[in-house]
Amino acid sequence: MNRIIKIIFLDILKNKIILAYTLILAILSWSSFGLEDNSAKGLLTILNIILFTVPLVSILFATIYLYNSTEFIELLLSQPIKRKKIWLSLFLGLSLAMVLAFFIGAGIPLLINAPDSVGIMMLVIGCLITLVFVALAFLSSILTRDKAKGIGIAIMGWLYFALLFDGLILYLLFQFSDYPIEKAMIVVTAFSPIDLARIQILLHLDVSAMMGYTGAIFKDFFGTSLGLLLSFSLLCLWIIIPFFISLIKFKNKDL
Amino acid sequence: MKKLLYIFLFFSSFLHANVIEVGANKPIKSIKIAISLAKIGDTILVHKGVYREGNIVIDKRIVFLGKGYPVLDGQKKYEVLSIKADSVVVQGFKVIKSGYASLEDPCAIKVYNKNHVVIQNNILDDNFFGIYIQNGKNCLIKNNIIVAYGKEEQQIGNGIHCWKSENLQIIANTISGHRDGIYFEFVTNSIIWRNISTNNIRYGLHFMFSNDDAYITNIFKNNGAGVAVMFTKNVKMFNNYFEENWGDGAYGLFLKEITDSHIIGNKFSKNTSGIHMEGTNRIRVEKNVFEANGWAMKIQASCVDNEIVNNNFIGNTFDMGTNGSLVLNKFDTNYWDKYEGYDLDKNGVGDVPYHPLSLFAVLVENNPSAMLLFRSFMITLLDKSEKVLPSITPDNFIDNSPLMHSLPL
Amino acid sequence: MIEIKNIYKKFGKLEVLNDINLSFKKGECIALIGPNGCGKTTLIKSILGMVIPSKGDILFNKKSILKEFKYREQIGYMPQIGRYPDYMTVGQIIEMIKKIRNSDQVLDEDLVKAFELEKIVDKQMRTLSGGTTQKVSATLAFLFNPEVLILDEPTAGLDPLASEILKEKIIKEKEKGKLILITSHLLSELDDLITQIIYMQDGTVHFHQTIADLLESTNEQKISKAIAKILKNKSNEQNH
Repeated sequence: MNRIIKIIFLDILKNKIILAYTLILAILSWSSFGLEDNSAKGLLTILNIILFTVPLVSILFATIYLYNSTEFIELLLSQPIKRKKIWLSLFLGLSLAMVLAFFIGAGIPLLINAPDSVGIMMLVIGCLITLVFVALAFLSSILTRDKAKGIGIAIMGWLYFALLFDGLILYLLFQFSDYPIEKAMIVVTAFSPIDLARIQILLHLDVSAMMGYTGAIFKDFFGTSLGLLLSFSLLCLWIIIPFFISLIKFKNKDL
Repeated sequence: MKKLLYIFLFFSSFLHANVIEVGANKPIKSIKIAISLAKIGDTILVHKGVYREGNIVIDKRIVFLGKGYPVLDGQKKYEVLSIKADSVVVQGFKVIKSGYASLEDPCAIKVYNKNHVVIQNNILDDNFFGIYIQNGKNCLIKNNIIVAYGKEEQQIGNGIHCWKSENLQIIANTISGHRDGIYFEFVTNSIIWRNISTNNIRYGLHFMFSNDDAYITNIFKNNGAGVAVMFTKNVKMFNNYFEENWGDGAYGLFLKEITDSHIIGNKFSKNTSGIHMEGTNRIRVEKNVFEANGWAMKIQASCVDNEIVNNNFIGNTFDMGTNGSLVLNKFDTNYWDKYEGYDLDKNGVGDVPYHPLSLFAVLVENNPSAMLLFRSFMITLLDKSEKVLPSITPDNFIDNSPLMHSLPL
Repeated sequence: MIEIKNIYKKFGKLEVLNDINLSFKKGECIALIGPNGCGKTTLIKSILGMVIPSKGDILFNKKSILKEFKYREQIGYMPQIGRYPDYMTVGQIIEMIKKIRNSDQVLDEDLVKAFELEKIVDKQMRTLSGGTTQKVSATLAFLFNPEVLILDEPTAGLDPLASEILKEKIIKEKEKGKLILITSHLLSELDDLITQIIYMQDGTVHFHQTIADLLESTNEQKISKAIAKILKNKSNEQNH
């Protein structure tokens, strides 16, 4: 397995898009941290990167890479290698490369400029979000043979989690504003990895505001070590479940 | 001739004022006996040891001095020291375990309707009430360390409790673990200076119907609900620190029905709300630093004619919050780190006004659960569009001359 | 060596393989022929595990290949159209496959020399012509001395010289007693290689005979004519 991961990993590292991605992340992070003497603006920029750019690039790049690797996958399939191993190697190779890109681009400036709980939390969450959207890319690329369709599914998926889902929540919040729906909302957030990530970072970044009003309910839930554990487990499920479904589909796929 | 007179006076004071020593190795072992033996103006010097004598009443003008912090133990049954004479000095004791009662408010040290009492350099540990001044004038409470371990509001009293008094000086005390750190009710012309009030269950400072007072250079940190100042005129609040007062309904500074007061040079850091104002009129908020608060200021619609000038607003989640659309307060020449305007003429003042009230702050005020969506991409979009075309936020909620650079405060 | 038992395969509603039963032994050189879309490639891919049959089983050395992968160590596969990662060079592809196989067997580098692949090791796969790509595919198929060779249209796109080299190589391997499975629609060039012939149509096996039987039964000298005759007879039967 390691041999295949290594091959894929090195292949992706040579890819110009991934280099550009790393570079853009680095430029954004460093410039926003350098802009002011406090780290607040830089943290906000990286938060937006994690909630917006990382999911988009992760899911798009991984989907396109998978479609472009059809030949490679076929070649591997005629070799004495387990299907599971091929798919897992692809996932690990891609994930490793994307996480590395995020770490170099955004993680290092984060650790240098904000080496506290916020910075570390953002770094971990950013890596997890990368993995989640790589896993979703595997799912979207296995759903259809058509490359254009697959990329379409990937973009729709991203749009849904980055924008539409929050719109839906806002709508629900105002429709049911007369009811005590805070607890229900906590459950609803589990259905969006981006929201899970955002709330965990909020609890560190805007701790003062989250302590007040309804924020306290979220803080009481997500802020406890149990809530933290649960959020992380949910994020991990968001990695495992899409990938696992794609793996089952891949095992039975005809090439 | 004059010199001689001074020497005479000096010795004469010695002649009249005796020192009565109390201690395990001394002829007098009981504080109560010592007090009964003492004449006005005497000094009672209590040596190290533990004294369990129930309620000790000082009813003569004496100096009551502890050496090596003798312990006065109320055994959770008695009020420990009751001062019922003018000009008593209490110094150097460790007073512990006063009684607990819901009606009588037993204290470690209580002053009953007397003046010129000095209570200083004592350690108060695990008492129901710490120091209680009831109807006193010109008293000094200085350098005391007051610690309690309250868990619930109903089961613990206040650290320094002052009622219907005037000309008090509360200086350099450290208070923690009580219900309110310092409590003022009907206290006038007094000063609260250099105290540190932390980890109290309700308020660090609780202040009602107490006109013409000043509190200066105090630290209020991590109290259940911060500091509350209510129903008062002419308060001066200078150079205080309000820090980490976190929670639902917790404020750095809660102002209710306050008029004609000054809030100058304070620092509000990491509070859920830095300042929360209700029914507050003609207050000048100047040269304060608001840093990393959930809401730097919440100004309810019932506030009129307040001036918020020359403050720094840095790293707050929301700069402003309000519950109405009527704005009758003035914002001018503040520094807002969220300001994104420009300064073409380079005079240090932004050329376009700043709207400190964001759409999302209004949204959250109406529907607190929306906090869940904070910093999501969609909310950022909404906020930006509102900034360009204000439709929901009141359009006169503006700072017309926002500063480009923070003030050196 | 390979037994195919009641294989069915459907792609959606389209039935590509319909109850196929075949058996191949060592030393045989089998031609799998039939019109386009008759299911040849699907059958081969089924043996390779790239296509998973809807029903039925395939045995390799008496063991089912379903959910197995190790058996592929003994198969060399040359695809109809070899598709490789665009940006890898010929050398990298060969190196990669070597690494993946990680076998300690002696490599059979006859074709590397014969096709003179040393000259193009640094060329990226996307710059190669179809014929050159086929050379790489052929080389890879033979590289690990496999017991079974599955060649999908091996000579399509190859120039006559290369075609000849490949044919010689196939004969050489056959003489070593290996099982060779070739699909093709051009028969003439295979005449001198094959020992058995399978004709497929519409997802079913029309006939499976040794060359000798085939020629004898039809009284023809040439394989192509013999097949034509059989097909004619069959279609006549159907019409009646």
